[in-house]
Amino acid sequence: MFNRDRWKEILEVLSSNVFRTLATSFGVGWGIFILIILLAAGKGLENGIRADFGDIATNTMFMWSRNTTISYKGLPKGRRFSFKLEDVQAINDKVPNLRFISPRNQLGGFGSGNNVVRGLKTGAFNVYGDYPEIIRQEPMTITSGRFVNQNDIEDKRKIAVIGDGVQNELYDQGETVIGTYIKIQGVNFMVVGTYQKKDSGGGEEGQKEIYVPFTAFSQAFNMGNDVGWMAITANDGSSISELKEKIVGVVKENRKIHPDDKRAVGYFDLYEQFNRVESLFGALRWVAYFVGVLVLLSGIIGVSNIMLIVIKERTKEIGIRRALGEAPWSIKKQILMESIFLTIISGMIGIIFGAAFIYGVNAVLDSVGPVDMFINPSVSLGVVVSALVILIFSGLLAGFIPAQSAIKIRPIEALRTE
Amino acid sequence: MIQIKDLHKSYKMGKNSLHVLKGINFNVEEGELVAIMGSSGSGKSTLLNILGMLDSSDSGEYILDNVPIKDLNETKAARYRNKFLGFVFQSFNLINYKSAAENVALPLYYQKVPRKERQEKALKYLEQVGLKEWAGHLPSELSGGQKQRVAIARALAAEPKVLLADEPTGALDSKTSYEVMDLIQKINDAGNTILIVTHEPDIADMCKRIVHLKDGVIIEDKKIEQVRAEQYV
Repeated sequence: MFNRDRWKEILEVLSSNVFRTLATSFGVGWGIFILIILLAAGKGLENGIRADFGDIATNTMFMWSRNTTISYKGLPKGRRFSFKLEDVQAINDKVPNLRFISPRNQLGGFGSGNNVVRGLKTGAFNVYGDYPEIIRQEPMTITSGRFVNQNDIEDKRKIAVIGDGVQNELYDQGETVIGTYIKIQGVNFMVVGTYQKKDSGGGEEGQKEIYVPFTAFSQAFNMGNDVGWMAITANDGSSISELKEKIVGVVKENRKIHPDDKRAVGYFDLYEQFNRVESLFGALRWVAYFVGVLVLLSGIIGVSNIMLIVIKERTKEIGIRRALGEAPWSIKKQILMESIFLTIISGMIGIIFGAAFIYGVNAVLDSVGPVDMFINPSVSLGVVVSALVILIFSGLLAGFIPAQSAIKIRPIEALRTE
Repeated sequence: MIQIKDLHKSYKMGKNSLHVLKGINFNVEEGELVAIMGSSGSGKSTLLNILGMLDSSDSGEYILDNVPIKDLNETKAARYRNKFLGFVFQSFNLINYKSAAENVALPLYYQKVPRKERQEKALKYLEQVGLKEWAGHLPSELSGGQKQRVAIARALAAEPKVLLADEPTGALDSKTSYEVMDLIQKINDAGNTILIVTHEPDIADMCKRIVHLKDGVIIEDKKIEQVRAEQYV
């Protein structure tokens, strides 16, 4: 492999017809270039869409109650029911591999009237009764003060964490927020923190929310044990999509709902949606590899062709070498190494140009500002390594037929061609 | 050195079969200088190819330096050629992108001789054929006679048991031919066994023995008084 004479010869052969070598290597370089560009474009799209999902815990489902549609255990159909806190405990006890179960209650919402007052200012905001875990499921950045904690829950403290949008509407510029009081449906809550949410499709709405402790919310607004809805996140490694049937089953049993009543409990499986997008990325990657490898294949056929011509040209030389006692496998090795060397070098050039191209695209993207659903196209080291593996393999493939035909040349026939 | 018994060879040409060698028997002792003569189609080149393990016989025995040569696969044949035989061709057959020294060193490379030793030996043999100063030149920069002398140096480099020369002077004018024959005679004087295929009587006369082939059989095998090439140089 690391034989000086062998390498010298490879270079001599490849440099004996520079134009032909370049033209041949272009095919392989182009193939790898296309492969890299396609993969990078796919990655860019993936990055863009992932950014839209933000940091939201994607292994999450949301569950809410609706009206029953089948009568059961003497209860009529069309019954309105509500989840209870016991259901949260029951789910926790009976369903394994759950990370967070956050019962939630909500006031306000789309189109409702003003519900929050501070001095002379009023506003309509979503008010949530929540447990501290919700910040892990719906990530937000605390910009001042703190978020709801366990003590708030236990002591039923009437405190509130407000969003940027709330602050803008209820406070003057530069006014101190922490420690002030706001009145939510006639009940005073002390503001202990402010948050900002990353833009995740919700836009302004996401900043106009108020979080208060679940227990304080229940007490202040007469919710009793009722739970409006739940956000449930599974442990990493188990999928919420597989657990959701069980969760819904537990709730149905507790709430005396007919097991076949599909409409009584509504839910939204974020993970399933996310997986659908994930599988789209997978398909894109597959298409990139498919197209790239096919383009590469035409380059490889080019290399193979040229190697066949080279062997035709060198028939006599190979005959001489055989007559002088070079073993067939040595000739085969020589041809294979030439072919692999040529593919790898031209592939590397393709990779370099591809990387430069991606770098250029990134520079342009940076200068013109963000483009929708397309962020930072890039290829990972893994892709480069797998491209290299593909190259070595294709070099072998390209050299195999020519090498085989080279050792088929019998010295006597080679020497006869005068 | 060489023992051949009842050697047959025929080529298939479509439906017809061409019987080229029809039972050849001859022996060559160590240190002999044998000319194989015959008109074209007499089978002399085929015989040389079989002797050179470039071709196989249909039947018969071939023993080279007490080693029976039979059932060769290509790898084994290549090893035997490298170890036992040196070739000199009519058209020189030097590798044209390698310098004279590299050409001479080639058989040594296949013997896995270390690089440095290879270069030393190549220079030694080039010196023997009087071309030491031309070591770095490409074949295209050499004259016909010089090329053939490089080829002879290459054939000698592996220190073979037998040197096989196929019309070594066929592409040379008479003066250069005699120079090359002079070289061959001197190599023979040093004890090397050499077989030359030729159709030129004056070249054959410079050998020690002439084997005459006609239509695939030996019609004459005689020892002769060697004509020294020196006097014409």
